[in-house]
Amino acid sequence: MNDGLLQIEDLRLHYRTTQGVVQAVDGVTFALGPRQALAVLGESGCGKSSLARAILRLLPRNVETYDGCVRVHGLDVMPFDEERFRREVRWSKIAIVMQAAMNALNPVLRVVDQVLEPLLVHQGLQREAALARVRAVFQMVGVPLDFMGRYAFELSGGMRQRVVLAMALVLQPPLVLLDEPTSALDVLTQANIMNVLKRIKRETGTSFMLITHDIATSSELADRVAVMYAGQLVELSDAAHFFHEPLHPYAQKLMASVPRLREAKKLAYIPGRPPSLIDLPQGCRFAPRCLQRFARCEQDPPMMHAKDGRQVRCWLYE
Amino acid sequence: MTALRAGLRQLRHYPSALIGMTVVLLLLLLSLLTVLTIPYSEAIRLWRGGEGVWDENPALARPTWFQLFSTRKLPQTIIVDTRQGGKTIADQPDGTRLVNASLRFEFHYDALPSEVGLWLSATYKEAQPFVMLYWRKPDGQEIAFEERTPRQTDRYFVSRDERLRERLQARSLEEALFGAGTRGDGALLRGTYELAVEGILFEPDADLEARLVVYGKIHGLAGTDAQRRDLGVALLWGTPIALTFGLLAAVGTTIFSLTISAVGTWCGGRLDAIIQRITEVNAMLPGLTLLVMIGMFYSRSLWVMLLALILLSMFSLGIKTYRAIFLSLKEAPYIEAARAYGAGSWRIVFRYMIPRVIPMLIPAFVTAIPGFVFLEASLSILGLGDPDIPTWGKLLFDAYTNEALFKGYYYWVLEPAALLMLTGMSFAMSGFALDRMFNPRLRTA
Repeated sequence: MNDGLLQIEDLRLHYRTTQGVVQAVDGVTFALGPRQALAVLGESGCGKSSLARAILRLLPRNVETYDGCVRVHGLDVMPFDEERFRREVRWSKIAIVMQAAMNALNPVLRVVDQVLEPLLVHQGLQREAALARVRAVFQMVGVPLDFMGRYAFELSGGMRQRVVLAMALVLQPPLVLLDEPTSALDVLTQANIMNVLKRIKRETGTSFMLITHDIATSSELADRVAVMYAGQLVELSDAAHFFHEPLHPYAQKLMASVPRLREAKKLAYIPGRPPSLIDLPQGCRFAPRCLQRFARCEQDPPMMHAKDGRQVRCWLYE
Repeated sequence: MTALRAGLRQLRHYPSALIGMTVVLLLLLLSLLTVLTIPYSEAIRLWRGGEGVWDENPALARPTWFQLFSTRKLPQTIIVDTRQGGKTIADQPDGTRLVNASLRFEFHYDALPSEVGLWLSATYKEAQPFVMLYWRKPDGQEIAFEERTPRQTDRYFVSRDERLRERLQARSLEEALFGAGTRGDGALLRGTYELAVEGILFEPDADLEARLVVYGKIHGLAGTDAQRRDLGVALLWGTPIALTFGLLAAVGTTIFSLTISAVGTWCGGRLDAIIQRITEVNAMLPGLTLLVMIGMFYSRSLWVMLLALILLSMFSLGIKTYRAIFLSLKEAPYIEAARAYGAGSWRIVFRYMIPRVIPMLIPAFVTAIPGFVFLEASLSILGLGDPDIPTWGKLLFDAYTNEALFKGYYYWVLEPAALLMLTGMSFAMSGFALDRMFNPRLRTA
């Protein structure tokens, strides 16, 4: 496990609000190896984006608790001060494609300068040398080279997304976090971007952590799947088994709500609402909505090891 | 480049901007020409005046174009010199020599000249020459001036010779010299006047030259002040100084307050709080009064004033406005993205935050320039102008202390005032048009 690319242990990120403490990420543990794509699935507001922020330490001001352990190539980066973290981890080891990536471009910079920025900041390259790298990465993500001199507002949504992706890849980081990279795009563009991601994964061996609520798209890229519910991981599994047969009742319900191409079935839904992250239910957090709950669910379940090396947080698999 | 050209093309739709920018450009050109043709040291020498610099200028003469508003033909300055010829030297049997010179000039104006002055310069070793002077009017009348024994240079202001005036019993010597009758109470005489200079030289190598200056009542394009200085020098040199002062103050103020506000907003916390408190305290301080105090007790140098002004205005309330913009900008996704890829604080502040507000800033910046120009003029009018440098405000101050308006020397006040207003208007017109160009919401169509 020590040669793993990224290891997260008991990571917690709580926010302070006027209503109380929001437990956005509450004790998440997982590991990600090189050349792997992990899909993090979950409903809106379950803490997926906060997980990405916690990994990259992009914290807002109202942080209540931020602890746990983040290891990159076996090295614990939590004790790093802000400056060292910025220089040694951000973008060079872990890059991120933000949610609403279209707004992540500086409106007063040409996209070429925007993509150059990480190179100038981290590698101190001369502009000419850096430009060659930018051209290569633009070709890789499929942005025509004559778009390089344009401003972000002169590009379509799909192109902007590709530019943002180019920016994430320009330093050749071993891991890229994708926070809903396709959520604001139309279906065709989504498919294009997913194909680009698949090709990059194949060609460069970059690991991805794909955060999404779109199970169908995630299945194209993912090697492993983590399902998140109310700030916790409830299932961690390899993709082949998960998409075939999810274990956790929540994951089962989630999969049942996805339409299939050649199957005329009535789509299922999950009753109730996701719990507030401020006022969490006692015991299993999914229990109030779970159809299979029993007495044991009064207590908080730990992560259990199930068959095929899968992990699930449910008393059913004790 | 293309963006610039597109901007210029857009400018055509704003006539006020075109006019304003043309005037700004002309003012800049004028400054450049002034600085190139009259170097700074030369300008200061001219403005300080002193012996020999402005001697031949009339005092308090109106500008030449004043003639356009007058039905009377006003006299220009007339200078006649023996070095131009008309001098004879004859040896005497007793070893002395006799100099005879006739300084003739035509006078065909409708008004009396303002003054008459005579410069005698003698070359001698020990014995000063002896000179007799006779003034001959066109009607043949002759007035004898006092005999003189001139030194190397001898300046004789005929108009101020009280004894001569009393001898002639005239109201003023100009009337006596240029009017009919000995007392000069007759009509103004037009025609050929002559000043005959008869001198006796006592040494073989001695020589004598004379120069007569009949001061006019109009002079140059700008007129002169009470010290015979050509106002043109101050008007011309006032232009680059006003523009430089306005521009430097505006640039300094905006750059510093923008940077302070951006850094404060980005870092937040205690630094931000300190900056805000300084701004609030500074807003309560009367800026002009502080500048007056600095001028009274410390230094009146233009550059000290400029520095003090920038220091006072960089913590102006503009910081609050910028802060409001930066606070919303700070949370923008692309700033967060910049943080994610590891951009340092300085990079974010200078490459991401500040460039965003520059378009909003340019119009305000352009409109701020005349404000500083006026402030400099106000300080000068209060008598706190730089003692060395001629400025528009200084002209107004001089005009005020010489009671120019009371005595009717309107040009002295109107010329610098007109230039000040022109500068203010041109920048304001450009600024307002730029505002509409950069803020599309202000456009009507």
